[in-house]
Amino acid sequence: MLKDQDRIFLNLYGQDDWRLAGARRRGIWDNTKDLLARGRDAIIDEVKKSDLRGRGGAGFPTGLKWSFMPKQSDGRPSYLVVNADESEPGTCKDREIMRFDPHILLEGSLVAGFAMGTVATYIYIRGEFYNEAVHLQHAIDEAYEAGLIGKNACGSGYDHDIYLHRGAGAYICGEETALLESLEGKKGLPRLKPPFPAAVGLYGCPTTVNNVESIAVAPTILRRGAAWFAALGRPKNTGTKLFCISGHVNKPCTVEEEMGIPLKELLERHCGGVRGGWDNLLAVIPGGASVPLIPKSICDDVLMDFDSLRAVQSGLGTAAVIVMDKSTDVVDAIARLSHFYMHESCGQCTPCREGTGWMYRMMQRMVRGQAEVGEIDLLFDVTKQIEGHTICALGDAAAWPVQGLIRHFRPEVERRIREYSARKAAE
Amino acid sequence: MPKMTIDGIEIEVPAGITVLQACEMAGKEIPRFCYHERLSVAGNCRMCLVEQEKAPKPVASCAMPVAEGMVIKTDSPLVKKARQGVMEFLLINHPLDCPICDQGGECDLQDQAMAYGHHSSRYSEQKRAIPDKEFGPIVKTIMTRCIQCTRCIRFATEVAGVEVLGATGRGEHMEITTYVEKTINSELSGNLADICPVGALTHKPYAFIFRPWELRKIQSIDVMDAVGSAIRIDARGGEVLRVLPRINDDVNEEWLGDKSRYAIDGLRRQRLDRPYLRVNGKLKPVTWPEALDAIAGRVKGLQGTRVAAIAGDFADAESMFALKGLMNALGSPNLDCRQDGAALDPKARASWLFNSTIAGIEKADAILIVGSNPRWEAPVLNARIRKRYLRGGLKVGVIGPKLDLTYPYQHLGQTGDVLGQVASGAHSFAEALKNAKAPMLILGQGALRGPEGAAVLGTARKLADTCDLVREDWNGFNVLQVAAARVGGMEIGFVPQANGRDVAGILEGASKGEIDFVYLLGADEIDMTRLGKAFVVYQGHHGDAGAHRADVILPGAAFTEKSGIYVNTEGRAQMAESAIVPLGDAKEDWAILRALSEKLGHTLPYDTLDELRRALFKAAPNLQQLGTVVPAGWESFGGSGTLTARAFQMPIANYYMTDPISRASETMAKCTEAFVAPITGTGTHG
Repeated sequence: MLKDQDRIFLNLYGQDDWRLAGARRRGIWDNTKDLLARGRDAIIDEVKKSDLRGRGGAGFPTGLKWSFMPKQSDGRPSYLVVNADESEPGTCKDREIMRFDPHILLEGSLVAGFAMGTVATYIYIRGEFYNEAVHLQHAIDEAYEAGLIGKNACGSGYDHDIYLHRGAGAYICGEETALLESLEGKKGLPRLKPPFPAAVGLYGCPTTVNNVESIAVAPTILRRGAAWFAALGRPKNTGTKLFCISGHVNKPCTVEEEMGIPLKELLERHCGGVRGGWDNLLAVIPGGASVPLIPKSICDDVLMDFDSLRAVQSGLGTAAVIVMDKSTDVVDAIARLSHFYMHESCGQCTPCREGTGWMYRMMQRMVRGQAEVGEIDLLFDVTKQIEGHTICALGDAAAWPVQGLIRHFRPEVERRIREYSARKAAE
Repeated sequence: MPKMTIDGIEIEVPAGITVLQACEMAGKEIPRFCYHERLSVAGNCRMCLVEQEKAPKPVASCAMPVAEGMVIKTDSPLVKKARQGVMEFLLINHPLDCPICDQGGECDLQDQAMAYGHHSSRYSEQKRAIPDKEFGPIVKTIMTRCIQCTRCIRFATEVAGVEVLGATGRGEHMEITTYVEKTINSELSGNLADICPVGALTHKPYAFIFRPWELRKIQSIDVMDAVGSAIRIDARGGEVLRVLPRINDDVNEEWLGDKSRYAIDGLRRQRLDRPYLRVNGKLKPVTWPEALDAIAGRVKGLQGTRVAAIAGDFADAESMFALKGLMNALGSPNLDCRQDGAALDPKARASWLFNSTIAGIEKADAILIVGSNPRWEAPVLNARIRKRYLRGGLKVGVIGPKLDLTYPYQHLGQTGDVLGQVASGAHSFAEALKNAKAPMLILGQGALRGPEGAAVLGTARKLADTCDLVREDWNGFNVLQVAAARVGGMEIGFVPQANGRDVAGILEGASKGEIDFVYLLGADEIDMTRLGKAFVVYQGHHGDAGAHRADVILPGAAFTEKSGIYVNTEGRAQMAESAIVPLGDAKEDWAILRALSEKLGHTLPYDTLDELRRALFKAAPNLQQLGTVVPAGWESFGGSGTLTARAFQMPIANYYMTDPISRASETMAKCTEAFVAPITGTGTHG
């Protein structure tokens, strides 16, 4: 269990003042100038050594990502874009940071922006996060006034502006290149890669897009050292992580914990356990809507980190743990997710545009059992035809929950089909 | 030059190309829907997926740049499965209405489904339907067939330069539509139907006519403007049913203007299909011998100076050459092919040619357009300027009316005196031209017509010197012609001979009674009321202005009905081919003149078209270089005189109706109503 002295987010629940005075009390903006004085390479090295992996879902090593940015400008400015379009169903971690601890994000933006030699940070915040945007904007204004950002930020001689941009509420705009399109004022359609944003990003300039949490932990890593961060968790899955637990637990919450904490411990220690006891657990979606669910048998001893969950054909994703007890209609739950992906598909690529609707319609019939048993294989085949064939990962995200359902709950789906046909035959 | 392996074939490819292009170089065909060579890459159809070694998933070959040591598989089971998957997705919501779809037989989806489709559908849910859109008289929409490849959006935005097409909605509900419910006001809209890989956008005038395999396809040259676009004429029986562009990278790439495509229905209306003779003020059908005898009777005994000939905008080089021969034999110096009176200098070839060539536009970095609306006068050429603009670093200046040319420009003024200022170096745009690596001047017919035409040409010649337009390997002096026949006429010297009269002189002579006989070779754009009491012979294919005034009508062949050489505005001689036989009693034009010459006792010295061409090539060797541009020498030309503040008048008032064929076309009338009337007003509106 994470010790209190190892926590990075000290105001996750908003008991303390979220404004500048409170932030300073918690050690944010404490001699940031010194952090910057270490130099760009030293900062990136430190983050690399910490083995920090991106907190947005894909788990790409953050330090490595930063090192892709050009060391020397070719005349174009570079940008840091913070992805605050937190829309993954079940996820509510960035939101807590932005409303209760906005300055930790701003300090992170300055440090990360400096390390990558960027001229400005754009924070793209989900449109629905109105109050969070108000807090964040207030914090930005405070920071400008205190000389922490803007011209000669923190007295370091480095100029860095931070802009807040509110999205309009499309899930796809959380995909980094769609986010850039949207930020540029266009329709949020993911871009083809290559070129990657580090080469051609926002307004055609080198850009790095990072999740709020990845950026927010950076100053603490620098202050306390990569070794401290890397000592938490497991190798290659280091540090602390915000987990958002929702669904059938007694006390749903967002909590900072060590990476690699056993799922069972996470639920029992912080959430008051599964409703009706551990044995009443049916399945868990461990990382936000887009990762495959895992049944109780796996939940019993799985660890919550990137590699452990990957080993059981699921993923840590955004660490949004959705708990389902035995009262859940698991087929209907996944059908609802299919509807979500059909609704949020941008419509650019054929497999995702056509396939998500097809999957949803089949899933709807599966919920009632109005299908043939052979259609389960067809459904699985359709998910395979979508997966890996699209520009962005939304196609994969749409396919995985259905794959997880078929992998672990095929007997349940077959039972419904049998019962439905028996009912029809009797009529 | 990266080396890569494609299906086991090692191949060295140029850096910077895509995997799809590399595969084609290796002889591997990659299926595609959204990818189009001349549009930006969208990468959204996912049909072109290939397997790349060490890549976690199949890659879209249209968007993936080649790299050293890449190993690509285009026919592995993984690739086949991926493409089959994409094809299945494309078909689940695509209607099975091939039997009533106009794209049938030339449909990419149909073709690819043969290779990658299942024989039956696994989709048992409801299919999607999308309401059709109204895109105007040219493009028919059946949007349920749309596969959202976005080629049309990219064409409209990039090539045509009209940003009205876009996609609304997300996911399954994504729809291609115009913003908002607009028609597509572009002279290139017909190309939308060509690039659509399925039957969502088809040609409205060609709806439900014939299947492509039922048509005779003839490669020819377009004559509706002076660009000389490469076309394919599709005909069946005695009718031309449609015209499609062919690829010619030097001229039209693969685009074609709407008039060139759809004015062909005018070839079926208002046609002259038999000779007529005016008897007691009324035109009466007669036989060929009667018509020719009547002409012979009138010409016999006339002094050469009292005879004149004017060639129109559709005249092929052969018939103009024959008519010139006949006029010489009759002793007449009065002939002219510049029926609009443009001040082209017959002595200097560079004064009437688009010397930079159309492909040369892509090299230009500063363009001054004078007295021209290239969007209407040569839409395909205008698209080339836009293409150059999109690449960045192009400065355009315009002297003439303020019009939407699909690219931004600096408007220098409306009048001739502004051109004078640039030519003298007083205007700031002169600096821009001087400092450019490849400066261009495009001089339109709007500037060369009218009383100051010669002075405009002279001033432009001076500008060429001031701004250094002509350099080693670069001639930036360009005249944009609007008539397909004009350059051919100039090349063979269909201009006033010694002491001869030009068009203005002929009209003046006729009205004063100094000219008794005028031969109009398809000339309709002159003021017929000024022909006075002259005996007028009209040889042509349409009952337009000339035929109304004529005393004898000799029915000729339209450009689809004869083989003939046309020289485009660059000076590129190209041969149009006959797709069908001339209508009724009409004959090929050179043959009519040959027959007439015999009646007049001055038999022309050739009996076949080949013999005529041999003589023609001897007289005008440039015409023998079919398909190529013979560069013009750089001499002095043009008149003197200071330009006044007189505004240039554009040669085209309505793109859709410029000549006898398009004026007779129903489709062009609809386009006029849809696109031009709302701007200019018809006089009856409101």
